[in-house]
Amino acid sequence: MATAAISPSPGEAPVAVPPPRDRISAWPIVDRLAYLLCWVTGIALCLIAVAIVLYMFVKGIAYLRPGLFIQSPSPSLHQTQSGGFRDPIEGTLIVTAIGIAIAAPIGVGIAAWLSEYGRPASLARVVESAIEMLAGAPSIVLAIFGLLIFSKGFLSFLSQEAAEGALGESFINAGIVMSLIALPLVVGSTRAALAQVPDRLREASYALGKTRITTIRYVLLPAIRPSMASGIVLGMGRIIGDTAIVTILLGASLKNEPVGGAPILSTLRGTGSTLTTYVYNNSPAGEGNSHEKAYAAAFVLLMIVLALNAIVTRLTRGGERPEGRTGRVFQLWRLVPGLR
Amino acid sequence: MDPLMPPPVRRIAIDRDPHVAAPRPAGVSNGAAAVAGGAAQLRTARPEVTHVSERMRTEAVWLAYGENWVVRDVTLPVRQGEVLALIGASGSGKTTLLRSMNRLTEITEGAARSGRITLDSRDIYELEVNELRRRVSMVFQQPNPFPMSIFDNVVYALAEQAPARGRRRRRTPELEQAAEEALRRAGLWEEVGDDLGRSALKLSGGQQQRLCIARALAARPEVLLLDEPCSALDPISTATIEELIIGLRETVAIVIVTHNLQQAFRVADHVAFMHLGELIEYGPSSQVFDRPAREQTRDYISGAFG
Repeated sequence: MATAAISPSPGEAPVAVPPPRDRISAWPIVDRLAYLLCWVTGIALCLIAVAIVLYMFVKGIAYLRPGLFIQSPSPSLHQTQSGGFRDPIEGTLIVTAIGIAIAAPIGVGIAAWLSEYGRPASLARVVESAIEMLAGAPSIVLAIFGLLIFSKGFLSFLSQEAAEGALGESFINAGIVMSLIALPLVVGSTRAALAQVPDRLREASYALGKTRITTIRYVLLPAIRPSMASGIVLGMGRIIGDTAIVTILLGASLKNEPVGGAPILSTLRGTGSTLTTYVYNNSPAGEGNSHEKAYAAAFVLLMIVLALNAIVTRLTRGGERPEGRTGRVFQLWRLVPGLR
Repeated sequence: MDPLMPPPVRRIAIDRDPHVAAPRPAGVSNGAAAVAGGAAQLRTARPEVTHVSERMRTEAVWLAYGENWVVRDVTLPVRQGEVLALIGASGSGKTTLLRSMNRLTEITEGAARSGRITLDSRDIYELEVNELRRRVSMVFQQPNPFPMSIFDNVVYALAEQAPARGRRRRRTPELEQAAEEALRRAGLWEEVGDDLGRSALKLSGGQQQRLCIARALAARPEVLLLDEPCSALDPISTATIEELIIGLRETVAIVIVTHNLQQAFRVADHVAFMHLGELIEYGPSSQVFDRPAREQTRDYISGAFG
């Protein structure tokens, strides 16, 4: 009986009716080939990714010692005496912190201006192309440009004095230029998220007599927090993975070498290295020639970036949940003053 | 009129009659009366209003988006103590007229305007726009609560501009009281009063819309503009909100845009019928529904178009 199928009695468990099966054997040959090609390429990419992670995992774990995290590197030809990568890890943290602390507020500000004001339109277009230029510029070009600026004598307070003007190499300088490579990612994700906020939310706020600024600060930015945070995390990933800027603007020295006596400022003005340059220098291509430590450091680097990616995935998925909340652990934007 | 229901006392003085194109001589009362007559029993019990006074007025207002005039020469009074319903087919300019009353039309690119809109006899363009919008608040067709807690939603409206620092606004006794009062006025307190920290997005559609009304009421506006507030809601939520609107008209002047003629009949004291941007007919609800002066009104009310 037809009605019985539509309204099952309460006692019966509902039976799922499978959709009619789309049989591949019924497809035209071209479709079948294309499908196979997509499938093979997808699987191949997965295999490569898995191979990289596995290989680094095996190599990295083999050489990773807890001591590596706490020992500073030291110049020695013997593996046992050349220390660990404590300084590069600190360097990575410092550069990332400086870079993102600059890029996050500026990037969100630019995105809010582009999306909510964007007038005059010609100026908005110029800003857009500038952001695109930054996104596309090789980081070594930005680094060289940074060196040009920061070796001017009057900027020596950012690094240290040198024969002609300033040295130009310091954590501050590297962090500033790093913010440029993170900026497009922050702007991009924030802007895309703002564009997706329905206009009725804005209207609701304007209709209550709120200004644009108040609306942005208290309605729009809180509403897009997960996307904003994922843009920031992506930017952090980009900073952590960059080598060129570290080589040129941080000196890529073996140890972090403070300049002057002030407690924190001395480190920030000094030169140093990050995990990327440590890997490079210790690889067979570099001078250190202790590839075991390079593998271990590369493994740590990979783990950091994978963790950041996992955070991004988690954040963006969190944004789709109806209540729009994410786990407290991942509320990274709390690190950024003024965003919250 | 229902004999059990004495008409509200109205002391009103209008210096100029609402601009209605001169009605053609016609003693007509047929199709429309049938609708209205049938609906007469549906009319919600209406509490007495002791005082009616004119608060807002549009005077020969023309509004355009780009090249198109969407509102043509509309003159209408908005009075506290009664509900004014704007009815008409889609594209008749009702919503645009409504949005112009708190200058929300300005947000739209290419919107233009002529004529005067006054609030307590002052041109609204002389007022600071955000002050105007606090005095003339608006509720939209789609419930649009902010993605925050119920409490924060209501309190957001209260803050002059930027609320106190911190994501969760501190719950001072004054704010608590103001939020409770607004929620009570919107008839939502009984349902959500026990947990104001809950996300507003977890409420049902009807509750969300009442939250939006509470939010609009929180800043103690003098005029409340409602743009088809029930079109996205079920009949029970609609009835709740209609009752609410009728109860509010004592303290707030109310303008409601609606496509639902039954609703207009149920809630409105005065009805303005618009067609293609023009105000075709304006009058007391019973008159417009029972004895429409114009043929277009009659056709619309009896369902000939729209």
